[in-house]
Amino acid sequence: MTIKIGGEAGMGVESGGAGLTKALSRGGLYVFALQDYMSRIRGGHNFFQIRVSTQELFTHSDDVHLLIAFTKDCIERHKHEIVKGGAILYDESLGYDAASLKELGILACPIPLVKLATEIGGHRIMANTCALGATAGLTGYDFERIKDIIETNFKKKGEEVIAKNLAVAKAGYDAAHKNYAANYQYKLEPVNTDPAKRRMVLHGNQAIGLGAIAGGCKFISAYPMTPGTSIFEYITAHANKYGIVSKQTEDELAAILFAIGANHAGVRAMTCTSGGGFSLMVEALGLASITETPVVIAEVQRGGPSTGLPTRTEQPDLEFVISASQGETPRIVLAPSTIEECFEMGWRAFNLAEKYQCPVIILSDLYLSSQLRTIDKSRFDFSKIKINRGQLLTKEQLDKISDYKRHAITDSGISPRAIPGHPNGVYVTTSDEHTEYGYAVEEAEVRNKMMEKRMRKYEAMMEDMRGPELYGDKDAEFTFIGWGSTYGSIREAVDRLRKNGMKVNFLKFADLWPFPEAKARPFLEKAKHLVAVENNFTGQLANVIRKCTGIGVNSKILKYSGRPFSPEEIMANFKEEAKVNV
Amino acid sequence: MSNATLTLDTFLSPEYSTWCPGCGDFPILRCLKEALVAQEIQPHQVMIVSGIGCGSKVPYYIRTNGYNSLHGRALPIAQAMKLVNHKMHVIAVTGDGDGLGIGGNHFLHAMRRNPNITHIVQNNQVYGLTKGQTSPTSDKGYVTSTSPDGSIENPVNPILMGVAGGATFVARTSSGDPKHMTDIIIRAMKHKGFSLIDVLQPCVTFNKVNTYQWYKQKVYKVETDPDYKPNDKLWAFKKSLEWDEKIPIGVIYQDTTQATYEDQVAALKEGPLVNQDFNEKVVANQAKLLEAFC
Repeated sequence: MTIKIGGEAGMGVESGGAGLTKALSRGGLYVFALQDYMSRIRGGHNFFQIRVSTQELFTHSDDVHLLIAFTKDCIERHKHEIVKGGAILYDESLGYDAASLKELGILACPIPLVKLATEIGGHRIMANTCALGATAGLTGYDFERIKDIIETNFKKKGEEVIAKNLAVAKAGYDAAHKNYAANYQYKLEPVNTDPAKRRMVLHGNQAIGLGAIAGGCKFISAYPMTPGTSIFEYITAHANKYGIVSKQTEDELAAILFAIGANHAGVRAMTCTSGGGFSLMVEALGLASITETPVVIAEVQRGGPSTGLPTRTEQPDLEFVISASQGETPRIVLAPSTIEECFEMGWRAFNLAEKYQCPVIILSDLYLSSQLRTIDKSRFDFSKIKINRGQLLTKEQLDKISDYKRHAITDSGISPRAIPGHPNGVYVTTSDEHTEYGYAVEEAEVRNKMMEKRMRKYEAMMEDMRGPELYGDKDAEFTFIGWGSTYGSIREAVDRLRKNGMKVNFLKFADLWPFPEAKARPFLEKAKHLVAVENNFTGQLANVIRKCTGIGVNSKILKYSGRPFSPEEIMANFKEEAKVNV
Repeated sequence: MSNATLTLDTFLSPEYSTWCPGCGDFPILRCLKEALVAQEIQPHQVMIVSGIGCGSKVPYYIRTNGYNSLHGRALPIAQAMKLVNHKMHVIAVTGDGDGLGIGGNHFLHAMRRNPNITHIVQNNQVYGLTKGQTSPTSDKGYVTSTSPDGSIENPVNPILMGVAGGATFVARTSSGDPKHMTDIIIRAMKHKGFSLIDVLQPCVTFNKVNTYQWYKQKVYKVETDPDYKPNDKLWAFKKSLEWDEKIPIGVIYQDTTQATYEDQVAALKEGPLVNQDFNEKVVANQAKLLEAFC
């Protein structure tokens, strides 16, 4: 079942949606919430779409069973998404023509949300609390769950605020229950309310932030840019308690430079941004590469180019981030496709950055960064985190060194790294080409050796890169290819197609650069018909695959409207692209 | 190595300089070493971060921790290094185009944060390494290959910007007076907060106007002013405007009452970040961190 809450920015769509999401999750149900908002603080049209099930969910779905509308505009926009027997719960004062909804097979549920909020709670802002109560009243969901979430959310605001919100929610509950519940068929019921068994509800950026600090990130420097900012905010919120330095910088140039400086000085440091900020960071990527300084950059993509679509999702930066730099430099690009992977890549990126002493880019996107999903706590197991600081010299090792060469030529291309501060580890490094000691040099022979040393890192990196994961039939007529946040919708499309009797599977790529060619090739060669599904105009992963393997895809399903794919949409496009009946 | 053995040779680098004979960067290098010897700071206790330009080659020619970064980008890196290890002495060395042109935004924001670092601006009023183009500090009317009719822009005044921008130590010195320069570097490094040193540093090859001779005729020691009041911002503003007739050198502004940036960062209360626990505290709090999402 899907519940959609919509209205203008500033009407409490987000807080109401987040509250309902948590109330459902605390009832032991699985939720998946999609947020859709505009780049403005007031007005416009935002919505929050909550899908709920007794089974684990990985994506949203197009069919809406209940629409909670704070504006007329919201009803107009979304009434055609509502399934037969679905309902619209809206404020009575909107005066919407209920008969016209009935013609569409929709149950109209006008409730005096604002009036109840004002009369009982004393402020119209509580209309969303009223709607929360009404949702429970209509769906038969236990009011105790609503009470619980109101008490949690308003704990800091005191007893009076809690009491008023509870009264408003109850009034909403009663009104919906009394007038409409009997005629509404989609019901919700808690399956487990034991607080000890509660699951988490979080989004991808929180997971990256948590993974990073669990992996020893001690320093974050960033410049606010949607949708990267919430990584910065999550880590900053924990900075004082866990001994982390958080620095908001003057721009993204400084953001990555601070992170590079901090890594050079000896701690794990990262920055986060989106495509626009990453564009400014490109200069320093070359610096990190030639000085062989580890650095982690979370690039949370949004619609481009330029300012593009600030609050919309897209996957337009893959080919940019794998090659962005003055000159040729080694780097690693990881693209999480689930919130679990966001967490893992949050700490794994630091291991790889320190092991290879180079930039590691976590390439996420807005959809993944803001989707809220119910996840069992066991999925984030800190005891499984293995810290590998690579060839970082210990004090004891440095005590014995007499002729330290920071950029020593080695078989692996990796040189032992000293944290500045030890008498035997005094060295200079530079953005110029340099000798093993770090002094600038232009001799062709040294240049060649240094270039080869740095690029040699790719050989070992390739071992660390994971190949694609296969989901679905072993032998399939059609093989979907995807990366990043399209995972959930492709996975569900595959499930549904298989249910319809088709033999299909899905190759999900997460470690994108260096492209794990040897690990991917057997899967790609075996596939009969490759269908790339990507949120961009050109099919960038398909391009990378062709570049690295010579294998081209047979069809592409592409979307660049700034909105994420739903499973239904993938299926419909697949039918057309692959010329099959599904 | 004990402090007693510290000499200029302690800081001797195996690299040969690429600077032109007579370059104003030589005295800066020498004075920097003298300032470190005088303060008994050992090579591993200091980090010198530079940008790109002739003068930014300083880290090659002095044996200390060094990071020769990108053109204009020394200050963000220097600030981060100080935040990670605030026991380390951190000096940023940039040129005028480097520090005040391409790095101008970093300069503005570094000053207002008051990190406890020293910024030496090697100000030769010309782009030397790219062979003689106009710089942000070039005087109006200055003729170069990129301003053949003479520069029509007003020059940046680093001292004025320093006083206005929140630097808590603002001084000018000259490559023509090494003794003065060493003294200023020592005082800047001892200052708690952002110390800016504008060095009049003649480019003997590309700047035929602002020469040693030209500076020598104009400079005077600012403390000889009978009203010398470096803790008075308004007085410092007045002094910072002097240029055409005579040029003051010395400490023009100093405010010792401001806390440094590092002093105010909660995470640094337990000592340098680089020496703190790795991730033990976070791992120990797994249950709490996860529960916050439930």
